[in-house]
This record gives sequence, structure tokens and C-alpha cells, in this order.
Amino acid sequence: MFYRETGQFKTSYTADQQIFPIRQDRIGVAIILAVALLVVPFVANEFVLSAIVIPFLVLALATIGLNILTGYAGQLSLGTGGFMGVGAYACYKLVTIFPDVNVIIHILLSGFFAAAVGVVFGLPSLRIKGLYLAVTTLAAQFFLEWCFIRIPWLYNYNPSAAIEVPGKTLFGVLITGPAASGVARYFVVLAIVIGMTLLMKNLIRGRIGRQWMMIRDMDIAAELMGVRPLIAKLSAFAVSSYICGVAGAMFVFFYLGASEPAVFSITLSFQILFMAIIGGLGSLVGSFFGAAFIWILPILLRVWLPAMGFDIGAEAIFQMAQIIIGALIIFFLIVEPHGLARLWAIGKEKLRVWPFPYA
Amino acid sequence: MNSPAAHFSLHGRDDGLNPGDVLLDVRNVSLAFGGVKAITDISFDIRKGEIRAIIGPNGAGKTSMLNVINGFYHPQQGTISFRGEARRRMQPHAAAASGIARTFQNVALFKGMSTLDNIMSGRTLKMHRNFFWQLLHVGPARDEEIANRRKVEEIIDFLEIQHIRKTPVGKLPYGLQKRVELGRALAMEPDLLLLDEPMAGMNLEEKEDMSRFILDVNDQFGTTIALIEHDMGVVMDISDRVVVLDYGRKIGDGTPDEVKNNRDVIDAYLGVPH
Repeated sequence: MFYRETGQFKTSYTADQQIFPIRQDRIGVAIILAVALLVVPFVANEFVLSAIVIPFLVLALATIGLNILTGYAGQLSLGTGGFMGVGAYACYKLVTIFPDVNVIIHILLSGFFAAAVGVVFGLPSLRIKGLYLAVTTLAAQFFLEWCFIRIPWLYNYNPSAAIEVPGKTLFGVLITGPAASGVARYFVVLAIVIGMTLLMKNLIRGRIGRQWMMIRDMDIAAELMGVRPLIAKLSAFAVSSYICGVAGAMFVFFYLGASEPAVFSITLSFQILFMAIIGGLGSLVGSFFGAAFIWILPILLRVWLPAMGFDIGAEAIFQMAQIIIGALIIFFLIVEPHGLARLWAIGKEKLRVWPFPYA
Repeated sequence: MNSPAAHFSLHGRDDGLNPGDVLLDVRNVSLAFGGVKAITDISFDIRKGEIRAIIGPNGAGKTSMLNVINGFYHPQQGTISFRGEARRRMQPHAAAASGIARTFQNVALFKGMSTLDNIMSGRTLKMHRNFFWQLLHVGPARDEEIANRRKVEEIIDFLEIQHIRKTPVGKLPYGLQKRVELGRALAMEPDLLLLDEPMAGMNLEEKEDMSRFILDVNDQFGTTIALIEHDMGVVMDISDRVVVLDYGRKIGDGTPDEVKNNRDVIDAYLGVPH
């Protein structure tokens, strides 16, 4: 129909290797970006921005982080929550120690602390794989959670063991803390998420991303092509943890405003893992699908169900939404075990050859 | 990196060796796993520019021999000299860096990647732009990617697999998977190409195609090839010299004709007790 590449001839490898080789994709992405920049901030109210859009973007970024490690490099991890926590606490300490430096720089720097921790806990991956590796990353998760509770220095000896985000500005506009407007925070989050996603896409389509996928798909052959497993695996842990750390810092600074250790518990790790699996392992767009499915859909259901006449009380609505989400997860995974991203790709493939069943 | 106009050459590095000089020399190599002796005191050489077949009944130690050559197994005794450099232990990525490429008995492609990416993965050691260039994917990093893509496209043309360029390799039929795997090894521009049963499980037509590709690689690029193969017709037709293993020992070595008439080889294949 309208989505096909007929007539779009590529005359150079550069043209063939661009991120969106099909013109309709480029138009679609341009429309999405235009909506995100020009429509969402002016249409969405404070609640939608603060409770739905901002956490969705941050969690999508965390899912990209996990996807680098699990989806692209094939190393299963249950420590995402812990690594996000390292980023959040590192950012909090940086803001405390260097209050005059811009908070954006702190957020970007805090990822490096998470990356360092990630590399240390990635060392077992050199010897063990699969579920056994997942268990060692579980150890990371519990150890880091313990740190967040037992090391009072991390939360500046606050008696409630919580970290509270101070108000910080960018170009004179308040972007963190309770008084910051949703629109200001939204633009900062959007910029960081788009920037990081683009950088990750570049990594993945280049030499380093291919090395990760080689290790994932057939580690013995990868070694024979000259890949050093040590460097490939640890770099995946480092990049993944960096992204997760930045996402963790953003989670507290732009969404929660204040957080306690329980925020970065194993529950968050699982939530991110489910986002990655349902969205599609080894897919960046899938990370956004997964985050939308797990984060936005339950909220929408809680709003829609009463609106559709299911007036059964707030508590029951909440349970109802959980049940529907659970059923949908099972449904989608049966329809396509490789996640929403694969469904999306199949759909596009069918459109390209429509009205014929195959090319 | 080469300029975009670099002409097509997959010749290995200029190592000062002439065709016929010894490229790889295996001396008195023994390999055991606990009490099981996989290889016992085997010596043979591979000369530059030749097609060298390694044959033998099942369990003779052929694949173990390849694994020793490219560093997966470390022999307890003996040395291996590649381009005159003797070594006992080597890591697989070091073997790759020194110019040894390999295909596997069971296709070992990267299943989640396209044909193009699989062959591009063979260029790993030819790409050097660092992490930060890769992040930005502009300037030198992109030029490097494009220059290597050009090489890969030449291999794709050579192997006649243009139509499956963007297909995930998991969806390809077996014969094409084997061809992509050959392409991936060729992308490394190896000095020595090890092929572990390149024609296993193929029909006659596919075997003929593969034989033609092997001969063309040897002829056009001057690549030295060592292959393990069970199809005696193919082995006798395409190889310059044959080494025969049985129960981890060498029982024959020479031209196809010499090997064909070797009493030990005939006994081994016919199952005469020995």
C-alpha cells in the first residue's frame, strides 16, 4: 500500500546503511519526534507528564540498557535495579559534593559509577553463562540494595534513609526538585533519552555491536574471528550499566523527586527485564514498546475501565488492570515469543509486499 | 584504511613466502584428554598455495587437529610453526590475528544476524576505530564501515549470494548457510583457511558448487586451504596433497594417487583389523 520501498534505489553503501533506509520510516520517525516536541508538552497536563510520559521515557532508557547486555550481548542480568540505584546514589552524592556543577553533567557522570560496578559484577560472565550468570547478578542486586540501606554516607545520614532531590536549574529553568514544572523535566528527559538511543544505535550497528552479537550467537566462532570474550563481555556490562545508571539517576531526579532504597529492589529489576522481553530482546524500538506496555497500559486501563462503565471501586479496578495485563503478556508471548518488536517487524514486512502474501 | 577505490584483493599479507614454501609445520604433536589420546605424534606440513586434505575414518582426530592448529586445544607435546614462528599454546583470537580462518563441521553462523552482518563479522580484526568514533558513527568510523562493506560485497558477489544479503541466516537452507560461513571466513582475508567438512550433508549439485568455490578461492586469491572431507571423490579431485589419520596417528601422506594406493589407508577404510 503506502508503505513500500519500490522506487527507492540505493546508490551508495552509506545510503543503504542509514538507520532508516525506507523513506516512509523516516517520515514516521519525523512525525513521532514532532509530536513529542511540539504536541505532547502543550497538550499533556502535569499529571500525564509526571506520572506517565516521564517515567515511561526513563524506563525505556533503562530497558535499552538491559537490552544491550541481555538482548545484544546475550548475558542475562537480574541486577538492573541495583545498577540503576548506583547511578541514582552516585548522582545524589555528586550533587552534594559539587553543588555548583550542572545537574545534567552529574547525571551523565553518575553512569560511569554504575559502569564500574557493572564491570566488577560482570567478571563472572567470563566463566558462566545463562541462568547461572543470572544468579550471580542477583547477588549484585542484593549486595547493592544492602549498600543503599547500610551505608548512611550514601544518603547523607538522612534519618529516613531516603534521598531528596534538591532544586537544580538548567539555563535558569528549574528542572529538578518538587517545584520543577513537568514540561521542563519532560524536555530534559526527552533530550537525554533521544541522544542516548541514537548513540546506542550507532554502537550496535558498528563493530562493537557486532562483537556483542557474535558472542551472543556463537561464542566459539566469535573467538575465531578475533573477538576477545573478555573485552566484548565486559564492554557490554560497562555500556549497559552506564545506561542503566543514567536511567536510575533520571528516575529519581526527574520522576520520583525523592527515593528510598526499596525503589531499586529486585522488583524494579524484574520490571525492566519484562519490558525487555515483551518489547523484544535485541531491539531498541522494542525497548520503547515494552516500557509502554508495562508502564502506560496499566495506567490507561485504570482510567479507561471506570470510563467504560466498570464502576467496581478503585481497588478492584487496580486488580482488574493487573489481571488484564497478565493475560495480555501471555497472549503476546504466545503469538510472538520474540516480543512486540518482532510483531512490528512482521507487520511492516507484510505491508511491504501487500497485497501479495510474500515477495 | 584503503581508499574507496581500492582494487579487489583478498590475498593474505605479503609474508615473503613463495608458493610451495612451508606455511604451517606441525611437528610431533600429541594431544590427550585425560586417558584418551586424540592425537599421537603427528607431523605434517602445509605449503603455501596448496589445497591440503585431511582425511580419515570417524574419530581419527581430524577435527582435533584443526582445533590444535587454531588454538582451541593446546597439545601436550610438539610444536606448530606458522610462517616460521613456532608455538605450543595459542589463543583462538591470536590465531585469527595471525591469519588463520576456519569454518565448522556443524554450521556455526551467528543465527540472529543477517548474511551481510555475518560476513561483516569476519572483518572484525580489520576495523580499528575506537569506542568514541563508534558511538558517533561519523567520519573515520563510517568510512571504515563503508570500506569494509565494500570488501564484503565483493565476497558476496564472488559467492553469488547477493539475493540473501539481508536475510537472517537462520532462515537460509543448509547449503547456503555453508556458503555464508565460507564467506565469513574469506572476509578475514586469511593466509590459511581451515574447512571442516565443507560439503557434509550437501547434495551433488551443492557439492559441485562448493568445490568450485574452494578451487576459485585457492586459484584467485592464492589462499592456502586445509580441508577435512569425507567425500573421497571430491578430496581426490581438488586436493594437491592428502594426509590420512586413523586412531590419532598419521598413516598416510602424499598426493591423492599415492594415498589411494597406500596399503594402510585402504585397510583403515575397509576396516581390516590393525
